[in-house]
Amino acid sequence: MSAALQTLNMTRILPGPVPVTLIEHANLSIGKGEFVAITGPSGSGKSSLLYLLGLLDRPTEGSVMLEEKETSHLGSGELARLRLAKLGFVFQFHFLLPEFSVLENVMIPMRKLGRLSGDAMKTKAMRLLKSLGMEGEARKRPEQLSGGQRQRAAIARALANDPLVLLADEPTGNLDSKNAHNVFEIFRGLAEDQGQTVVVVTHDPHLSEHTHRQIHIVDGRIVDA
Amino acid sequence: MRLIAEIAATHLTHRKRQSIVSILGVAMGVGFFIGMAALMQGFQTYFVSKIIDVWPHIIMKDEYRLPSLQPAQRQFPQGAVALHGLKPVEELRGIRDGKAVIAALNRIEGIHAAPTMRTQAFMRYGAKDVSATLVGIDPELERQVSQLERDLKVGSLNELHTAANGVILGEGLAAKLGVEAHNIITVVSPAGVILKMQVVGIFRTGITTIDNFDSYTLLKKAQILANRPNVINQIRIRLRDVGNARVVASSIESRYGYRTEAWEETYENVLGIFVIQNGIMYSSVGAILIVAAFGIFNIISTIIHEKTRDIAILKSIGVAELDIRLIFLLEGLAVGMIGTVLGWALGHALVEILASIRFNIEGFVRAEGFILNESPYHYLIAAGFALISSSLAAFLPARKAARLDPVDILRGAA
Repeated sequence: MSAALQTLNMTRILPGPVPVTLIEHANLSIGKGEFVAITGPSGSGKSSLLYLLGLLDRPTEGSVMLEEKETSHLGSGELARLRLAKLGFVFQFHFLLPEFSVLENVMIPMRKLGRLSGDAMKTKAMRLLKSLGMEGEARKRPEQLSGGQRQRAAIARALANDPLVLLADEPTGNLDSKNAHNVFEIFRGLAEDQGQTVVVVTHDPHLSEHTHRQIHIVDGRIVDA
Repeated sequence: MRLIAEIAATHLTHRKRQSIVSILGVAMGVGFFIGMAALMQGFQTYFVSKIIDVWPHIIMKDEYRLPSLQPAQRQFPQGAVALHGLKPVEELRGIRDGKAVIAALNRIEGIHAAPTMRTQAFMRYGAKDVSATLVGIDPELERQVSQLERDLKVGSLNELHTAANGVILGEGLAAKLGVEAHNIITVVSPAGVILKMQVVGIFRTGITTIDNFDSYTLLKKAQILANRPNVINQIRIRLRDVGNARVVASSIESRYGYRTEAWEETYENVLGIFVIQNGIMYSSVGAILIVAAFGIFNIISTIIHEKTRDIAILKSIGVAELDIRLIFLLEGLAVGMIGTVLGWALGHALVEILASIRFNIEGFVRAEGFILNESPYHYLIAAGFALISSSLAAFLPARKAARLDPVDILRGAA
């Protein structure tokens, strides 16, 4: 099984009068099709690890490899291009653009990538929304949706460009337990039925135990992968 | 690219009121610039064209630019002895051998020269006693160097010959004296000569100083009044190409030694006022546009502050820094462009309104309303000003937005 994401001796230190070590010497390999949870107590560096894996942040030392290609020497424009084409993000907060409809929000990454025609983008976005039970909400604005629906719209947007890896940072953190369960089931369905590589940060043990693999992190160090 | 433009548009429409205020700020700057520029340039070009039209392009005077050297100084330029209390020799005023100079100048292609004798005089009519400048001319040659004949409201130049002691007065001067054509006035010169003269014509050039103070008579009469027979003290020169006035004036001066002024030098004080006027116009319009630029800076900073989360998500999706910067630059540019177009309309309306106002002014020139010069250059300059200042105003916040670290924002929001 080839690796989708790999880190080599990756360290991230926040500079400042008192430097803070977020991640220390992390060695990690996430294979294609894996469903991985990053767990740990709050403040342990779960999100920091996810941002590094998602090429949103750069390691101070060591490297991150996407599909076994080194990324540390790439410029910010090239990293943005990689995120657009290969990665999809879901955050605790939905981060949908409030002025655009759900459908338009889902189409933003496609339009930025520009590989499909306008009609094909619309068809694909509608298909994604339908698969998440959101086809009835496509024309609505984010503020007209419930919390669970917003998060599903955000997931549809993350999947817009068929990402190699779907990265989620506490995607159920703002949801009640029923909605949280539904959203987690979506991730599991994506991983198990469609072979989507999923990395999800969560502090909820009920959720993480349903993943294939847990990466436990304490004080910036991976203690159990 | 369309996506970028769409996002920019939603930001502006989302903050409608602020956007409109910023747009109006730019429109005001552009509109007032166009209005003021039309006003200023209209007046200035009118004045200059009037001057070139009615006034000789070059005047040679019976003066020297530098005081003449004392004989001792001429003899010993390096001398170490200083002499005080020296009195210069009193020279006979006037251009020496003036007729020959005029004949020589008139032989040059594109140059017309005419002799004048210029003297001060008191004019009396009834109880009025007005000081004036009396210019003695040779009507035949004068026709070649000025538009006096055309500017005559009453009478003709030929009547100077036919009347016994004919004099032509400026309109303002005649009004001050309260005379009409064919009235007889008394003219007293500084030399003590008194002549009864008949008003044979009244002229109006439109230039206030000329109309209020100048009068014309035959060269010979002026020489009699000044008690300086056969003397001419000014040579008026008109060129076919007025653009050369300065060059020709300085070459004539270096040839004959007499002070020779091109019209730019004679009217230097007025032209200097124009420079100051333009400076005031550009700086006040610049100030309006700077205020407008602050408005743009303000609205874009507010939008960025409000949209930090959107910026973070766009960046995490993979929208590059350059695109983020472009979004906000576009917003500034959109405000600038819409403001410019509105400002053009405003400026044009302003010019139309100013043009419709009728009143009498008597400044450097006499006019019955604002003299306006609406030029496409003003529209372009205003647009350039507005677009440059609005994109500069947008550039700083846009750069800040592009540099926002999504990780910081996500961490803060989560």
